[in-house]
Amino acid sequence: MSPELQIDHHGRLRHLLTLEGLSRELLTEILDTAEDLEKALRGPEKNVPLLRGRTIMNLFFEPSTRTRTTFELAAKRLSADVLNLQMSSSSTSKGETLFDTLKTLESMQADMFVVRHEASGAAHFFAQHAAPGVAILNAGDGRHAHPTQGLLDLFTIRRYKPGFEKLRVAIVGDVLHSRVARSDIHGLRTMGAAEIRVVAPPTLVPAGIEQMGVTVCHNIDDGLDGIDVVILLRLQKERMLGAFLPSMSEFHRDFGLTRQRLARLHPEAIVMHPGPINRGVEIEGDVAYGPQSLILQQVNHGIAVRMAVMAMILGQTDPAPRSGKRRLRRRA
Amino acid sequence: MSRQPPIKEWSAGAHARKPSRPVSAERSSILIRNAHIIDPASGLDGPGDILIDQSGIVAVGRVPARSKAGQVIDADGLWLIPGIVDLCARFREPGQTRKATFASETHAAQASGITEILLPPDTQPVVDSPAMAIRVQRIADQTGGLDVRLIGALTRNLEGEALAELSALRAAGAVGVSNALAPVRDSLIARRALDYARGLGLTTHVFAQDATLAAGGCAHEGPVATRLGLASVPVAAEVAALRFWISLVEDTGARVHFCRLSTARGVELIESALARQLPVSADVAAHQLFLTDQDVDGFNAQCHVQPPLRTAGDRDALRDAVRSGVISAICSDHQPHEIDAKINPFAMTEPGVSGLETLLPLVLELIRENQVPRLDAVARLTLGPAGIAGTGSGRLAPGCPANLALIDPDCEWTLDPARLRSSGHNTPFAGKRLHGKVLRTFHHGREVFNAVDP
Repeated sequence: MSPELQIDHHGRLRHLLTLEGLSRELLTEILDTAEDLEKALRGPEKNVPLLRGRTIMNLFFEPSTRTRTTFELAAKRLSADVLNLQMSSSSTSKGETLFDTLKTLESMQADMFVVRHEASGAAHFFAQHAAPGVAILNAGDGRHAHPTQGLLDLFTIRRYKPGFEKLRVAIVGDVLHSRVARSDIHGLRTMGAAEIRVVAPPTLVPAGIEQMGVTVCHNIDDGLDGIDVVILLRLQKERMLGAFLPSMSEFHRDFGLTRQRLARLHPEAIVMHPGPINRGVEIEGDVAYGPQSLILQQVNHGIAVRMAVMAMILGQTDPAPRSGKRRLRRRA
Repeated sequence: MSRQPPIKEWSAGAHARKPSRPVSAERSSILIRNAHIIDPASGLDGPGDILIDQSGIVAVGRVPARSKAGQVIDADGLWLIPGIVDLCARFREPGQTRKATFASETHAAQASGITEILLPPDTQPVVDSPAMAIRVQRIADQTGGLDVRLIGALTRNLEGEALAELSALRAAGAVGVSNALAPVRDSLIARRALDYARGLGLTTHVFAQDATLAAGGCAHEGPVATRLGLASVPVAAEVAALRFWISLVEDTGARVHFCRLSTARGVELIESALARQLPVSADVAAHQLFLTDQDVDGFNAQCHVQPPLRTAGDRDALRDAVRSGVISAICSDHQPHEIDAKINPFAMTEPGVSGLETLLPLVLELIRENQVPRLDAVARLTLGPAGIAGTGSGRLAPGCPANLALIDPDCEWTLDPARLRSSGHNTPFAGKRLHGKVLRTFHHGREVFNAVDP
């Protein structure tokens, strides 16, 4: 879908809306940049002055603490000025349309909007209507995409299980409502994962997902057979009221990652979860922080990955002055 | 056929009727010579002349050279068809004049060869009372130049809970009744409404979509909606509703017209109902014959329609059904919007296409691509819908109202949304190469559109 929207004619990232359509080279470049930044973050001086003087606005139309915090931290580490705007539904109830919100905030000379919205396609909408030189970074739009989560999952997998071509990955849980699952699938496909399995009851698997290059499995024991990476999805309890599931405990019984199920996995297999976790639903508490779990590392990697994307989009992946001209042009 | 007699109610006479243009006293006749006449009713598909005046069509075929006419038009190389009858167009008046008005949309219809339209009852307020019907009809009469027929509400305020005054609506001119896009959730009310309409000889127009299966959906359930993360409308939403309403037809014998079919399985159901001689009919929106769910990709809000665009297989089945006559009418499903209605993330945009001006060009494409034979394609725009509306129009026979359109079938042009005459510029066909343009439209013997020497 419309890769021209997020890639400029030099093949560089202009916005990040979805991982769909991005090349393996570009994904690798982002992950490599994130590796460099992650190493830099380990030192005593955590701030990198790559985006000094730039303004990044966090535009969250959906409540979020952790994702917004990691975006905020990532921007601050890059020395950018950050504004957090909690766009509750009150702004729309006052009659302001999304378009007007965008135009109003744009006129405050922001360089980038980090957008989260409940409607699929919201980030595309912003990117289509943003003024030239204003970048959109999708922090989750409806069920459609959460590209930085997808990237940080790739980053984590690459670090702990190098070599995507041999990997079998299982994505377990509410795929229907999950933007994380969709972004993970696009990313893993592009990186050449050997197999991607989607494991969930039929009510939580969207129609035709096979065409995204995955196999569907409705039984967790078959689904986890021979798997190297397990990605669990958060089950949103409030969404399950529409008879998707009889109960949370039944889901845990049939699809939760328990110690017994973990024991049957390859000892080298890793377990991931985008958080926040529902203990006793999709994962058993012991497993969440067990030796195979990388859940906390994912959070940590999220900061480096988001820094990498912000720096690449705003054209400053290293402090050298090569991007000075670009910067002037953007300001013109 | 003539317009219904004026309604003998106080409100009809209480407001002066002001025709938009003075009616000339003399009957000026018009002779169109050497046209390629396409008249599905008589099966005529060949060269001929036609003589018309304001009382109706005087003669069709070979009109003697000595015939006198006020105006003679040489139509060599042009097609002459009955005026198009559009089973569903929203003019947005009253209530939503920010989107469109009778004046703007009437002009767009005339320029598209349309001479008769059916208005669904979902204006604001709803056409669920004779007072509203008279009000809308009066706006139509004041605008003039187009036969406007009303479809009355099936239930009060389209809420699906209490029957509207169907008999009074019929007396006020309604040619059918419908709950428009709103569901009748209560099966018993649906059955009684159909039964009651049957007693009045009214056709019920049903948009068959199960409201709970379709709840919140804005795209066809399938790989595209899955990839884009859009809430979807399964095929079963249409199939389940069709089955339900067809079983009520079996029970009651009421005449039901199914609006806007979108699925291959829906076509099968209509086909089997027709084979069992049930009194049903069906139409399709022209855009459904050309677009598929793939066109939604990239969150293209111009392709946000209800029912949603389905797969290529569904589109092909709809085309087959148009060819075979299982679908007997193609309509514009015209839903003009102000520009803001489509400026939002996909699911938050308002569904609908501004379809009046693409109705005929799209059907002409079906003819060009040999999808549907010429006579049949024209029938789906004229005779077919006129039969469903029960207005007796859509034909070129002496004595019939002189509603017709003269078309240049070869004129090639590119659709530019900004140049649409409708107030709604919301079209998914921007930039599409189309063939065929309306040159003149005649409404009751008077020229209401002329692209030749305007």
